[in-house]
Amino acid sequence: MSASAWRVELELEAGRADPVGDGARRALAARGLSAVGEVRSGRGYLLPEALDRAAVDRIAARLLADVVTETIRIVAPGDAPADGAKTLLVRRVAGVTDPEAHTTERALALVDVALPAGGRVESYRVFRVDTPGSREQLLEAGARALANPVIEHVQLGDEPVRRHAEPPQRAAARREIGLAELDDAGLARLSSAMGLALSVEEMRAIRSHFDAQGRAPTDVELESFAQTWSEHCKHKTLTGPVHYRLLDDSGALLEERHYGNLLKETVFAATMKLSPEWCWSVFKDNAGVVALTDEIGIAIKVETHNHPSALDPYGGAGTGVGGVIRDVLGTGLGARPFANLDVFCVGPQGTEAGELPPGTMHPDRVLEGVIAGVRDYGNRMGIPTVAGTVIRHPGYVANPLVYCGCVGEIPRSAVEKAARPGDTIVAFGGRTGRDGIHGATFSSEALHEESETADAAAVQIGDPITEKTVLDVLLIARDRGCFHGLTDCGAGGFSSAVGEMAEHCGAEVDLDRAPLKYTGLAPWEVWISEAQERMVAAVPTAKLDELQSLCTLHEVELTVLGRFTDSGRLVLRWHGEVLGDLDLAFLHSGVPQPERAAIAVRRLRPVTAWPEPAPDAAQLLLRVLAHPQVASKESIVRTYDHEVQGATVLKPYQGAEGRGAGDGVVMKPLFHRPEGVALAVGIAPRISELDAEIGALCAVDEAIRNTVAAGGNPHRTAILDNFCWGDCRKPDRFGTLVQAAQACHDAAIAYGAPFVSGKDSLNNEYRVGGVERPIPPTLLITALAHVGDCARTVGTPLRGVGNLLIQIGRTSADSGGAVASDLLGLPDSAPARPDLATAPALFAAVHHAIGEGSIVACHDLSEGGLAAAVAEMVIGASGLGARVDASRAVCDDGVPLTGRLFAEGPTRFLAEVPMARLEDFALSFRTLAWATVGEVLAEPILELREDEHVLARIDAETLAIANGVPGSGSPEAGA
Amino acid sequence: MKPRVLQLFASGINCDRELRWAFEQAGARVEELHMRELTTRPQALRDCDVFAIPGGFTYGDDLGAGKVLALEVAKYLGDALREHHARGGAILGICNGFQVLVKSGMLPGVDGLPPLSLTWNGSRHFECRWSRMRVEEPLARFMAIGTVIPAVSAHAEGRIVLRHGEADAERLIRAGVVALRYCDGKGRVRADFPHCPSGSAGAIAGLISPDGRVLGFMPHPERSLSRLHLPDRGAGAWGDGSETLSFFRALLAPYASGVRA
Repeated sequence: MSASAWRVELELEAGRADPVGDGARRALAARGLSAVGEVRSGRGYLLPEALDRAAVDRIAARLLADVVTETIRIVAPGDAPADGAKTLLVRRVAGVTDPEAHTTERALALVDVALPAGGRVESYRVFRVDTPGSREQLLEAGARALANPVIEHVQLGDEPVRRHAEPPQRAAARREIGLAELDDAGLARLSSAMGLALSVEEMRAIRSHFDAQGRAPTDVELESFAQTWSEHCKHKTLTGPVHYRLLDDSGALLEERHYGNLLKETVFAATMKLSPEWCWSVFKDNAGVVALTDEIGIAIKVETHNHPSALDPYGGAGTGVGGVIRDVLGTGLGARPFANLDVFCVGPQGTEAGELPPGTMHPDRVLEGVIAGVRDYGNRMGIPTVAGTVIRHPGYVANPLVYCGCVGEIPRSAVEKAARPGDTIVAFGGRTGRDGIHGATFSSEALHEESETADAAAVQIGDPITEKTVLDVLLIARDRGCFHGLTDCGAGGFSSAVGEMAEHCGAEVDLDRAPLKYTGLAPWEVWISEAQERMVAAVPTAKLDELQSLCTLHEVELTVLGRFTDSGRLVLRWHGEVLGDLDLAFLHSGVPQPERAAIAVRRLRPVTAWPEPAPDAAQLLLRVLAHPQVASKESIVRTYDHEVQGATVLKPYQGAEGRGAGDGVVMKPLFHRPEGVALAVGIAPRISELDAEIGALCAVDEAIRNTVAAGGNPHRTAILDNFCWGDCRKPDRFGTLVQAAQACHDAAIAYGAPFVSGKDSLNNEYRVGGVERPIPPTLLITALAHVGDCARTVGTPLRGVGNLLIQIGRTSADSGGAVASDLLGLPDSAPARPDLATAPALFAAVHHAIGEGSIVACHDLSEGGLAAAVAEMVIGASGLGARVDASRAVCDDGVPLTGRLFAEGPTRFLAEVPMARLEDFALSFRTLAWATVGEVLAEPILELREDEHVLARIDAETLAIANGVPGSGSPEAGA
Repeated sequence: MKPRVLQLFASGINCDRELRWAFEQAGARVEELHMRELTTRPQALRDCDVFAIPGGFTYGDDLGAGKVLALEVAKYLGDALREHHARGGAILGICNGFQVLVKSGMLPGVDGLPPLSLTWNGSRHFECRWSRMRVEEPLARFMAIGTVIPAVSAHAEGRIVLRHGEADAERLIRAGVVALRYCDGKGRVRADFPHCPSGSAGAIAGLISPDGRVLGFMPHPERSLSRLHLPDRGAGAWGDGSETLSFFRALLAPYASGVRA
């Protein structure tokens, strides 16, 4: 039964600035609402009808309203005030997580009000709109401009408000699904109708398995297979057999290979060959673990959360952050997170609404949402968000990508874990709801026009403070020996968490014991729900009471779900009735692995010459600095708490005013130790589009290069792979993936950098009007480099007048994929290829020179080349400038001026070296490519020359303005 | 004897680790208790000199930053904290802890002053950037007036709001409760962005009770105890990294060995 409720609405006092209201006004006007005057924003709460007026007044005045800034409006239950006709109430759809309401319910006692039995609070947003528009116009514009239809709905303030009804209690019963009679078409229909995303071969395998036992599977059992065998959990494509062929432009076969397990024979094989002793745990846990000191390791994991973020950018990105944090929390017996990173790939700025495929959000709205999601989750967790980037490309308009990474520290003694028979299965943290049902199988399917409405249940909303309390409890419990095993509930929920922990023993689970957010969940929904903020542990019985009291203290809900056994079976019960009894060996290794075809084409692309005579360098530089790939991301970074925990010793934006874009960040997680880690990413979809192999090599080079530039040790660098590709059931998509995987292997071996963890997302296609559009092949490489002494790291801003500027590494003639090449409209051409034979020695020399103090500032040459790098070093310097002579740049024969300044080939740096250190520097670089190209000036200006000819003379502030540095151009900026 | 600090913990506090480290580096002995433990035995406050509330997002900052913890502290620890204060003990809140002290009425803690609150930054979003706090006259018992303390500002709701803006801010200053104000590198008070990241009235960064024993401020000196932590790595614009530790030492000085009966 839905019921009425008290409405308490708080609005900012008249006359107070209301940026949220102003934003809403712009959004409503953009949606065509006529003549929108002022819009005032507010927040609203529905309180139980059973409260009396005095209690509601007290709650409103003492608990809800701000004493200075807000005015209170109270609407009695059932009232429909006429003056609410111009007020929009944006409310959550039933069942969507509402943490603020939960806090309010608990806080009522603080103002001496008891929550009536069965009473609930709901929070919502309020917008009072001054418009002559009709009710219908207001509602329609409001729904589109102010709400996300997947999770919210809109009503007017003069309509009676109804509380969401509790879903009815469902009588659960064992439900068997007959497969024996079904032919292939029937199996396919069933898989599709139940949303299982299982192939016909897989359905057949399940049918024979149950035929042999003489019974039909239950719904819970089928769902278990769907989760465990999903692409998301099992990585069937990357770990399955492949028939790979490489063709040339004319279709002739250049190379042919069969892989039994692509990942094992490429990425993982490189790690096995390298096997350094500082790798403590690779590819077997939720995150990879490498050594920081003898006693402390670093756990790192990077995840993708693409499809949920496409539907609900804010919630999707937030739960992406929450999910990868839980991966690190659930590594070994628990790691303590101290850094987050995130990378977004979205459509271009200025995409016209008409260019958007049906059902997709504007890229700017997506970006705004994912940034806010990362901000609100990471900041509340108290984990600094320190690294990442944003890629803009038309290929992501319909299918944006969101990568979230987390880094933690873990005692060496806590790295290994194993659930033991007899251990109690404990779930702790958030409650289970219908959120994210079929998330694992949904993410394995392509997006389509109806995704936005059809898959609402796949969306998850995060509650970071619940996860923070889980973190608090978990680390104390780990140190008290409460866990034998531990993992997070991610994709597949309990089914994956318990299923994985029980793989080598067995488990019995009483699903009815799981605490629920609301009534009405079927047993299979409880089993696979992807509700957030939940962990599962194997707890020795003797430690159960201790864990319980810790949880009570920290207000974390703990539930005993069952126990681990030695039966090799996974038994699922509901109020004692057995709903599932699965053979764990078959569940984990019974998935059929058909060989898939992969075809790549090696295109011979011309090496396009940079234009001659050279275009105006000053103009081109300002355009390059303004390009989305080069433009300052500082305004995003400032909304993330990137300094919490006091570990960020080399910041994402550096220098006295924090305006200088850094290459890698350096984190020092242990207060009492000098060691730390340098952290950076590499990603090159624009190059991968031209050549997937070179794109992968470049991504590895870039990630390691960034950490080297900051002072990370290239001899102790671990890397991570995240492949986001189109539908790899299609041989052409899969072909470029195989090329990239092979390149990952070769690069890892060459650089001596083992892969320690990875995660893929292989269905990034959008289907509209029968046409399927894949994203560009997008490989994110994350590098984690050891830093022996955090004092021996350097930033990018210039340090001292008269110091030399030295280019390290050789510039080649290739222009393919370069920002300047795109801006000049040059045709696609071959991108520059990292030289795996010389790059590692060059990285080693840079590292040595930083360590001995010869290099005092360093910036890699990447997007925008030498010119952009030196410009950024000037922008960060606050007061110093630079002179660079392009004719002295280290380059191949015949590279024209524009190439010297703007080419983007790999393995290059610009280093600042004090004159007095030049001899030491030269000693480190003996046989390597380097040349002095300029010097640091005492005035904030960038001068580019070609011999005696001045090409450009631009003051630092003009550079900063072009680069979009926040606050640039104000009277005293740069002073 | 070392000064004794009792550090509060609650759901959503997340600056506890670095604050504890800062106190320890400044010579204190630190004990941490969860709000629920302290609620059941508030007498634990009797064994401390300084009661400190670290930064974070207590209860998600739902219903306003620090609001719910402020009501909890007032309801469950009010008597014990008054006793602690009457005994000569100090109370310190940083960032979310400051918001708690303001919203529970412990700061400024004087009758007759204009009502004040901490609300959304002028930008209406979370902002993390380096700022400087200037020591004002009411803090002179700890540090020289005009001392500049560099510290990271990292908050969404750090703007002091008053009914009558600058006029009310003047009244607070005259009442001797404005301990710290945002300033520039030369120590000049600045109310403009980015020097004052929140747009706080009167450029107020921190408040103190008239007796000098309840202190709170928004920026986080506990995050940067060394030169390595400075954005320019000690080039000079943000001091040499020693200022923050000196600040913590100064705050603890009244409780260092032998000073207090």
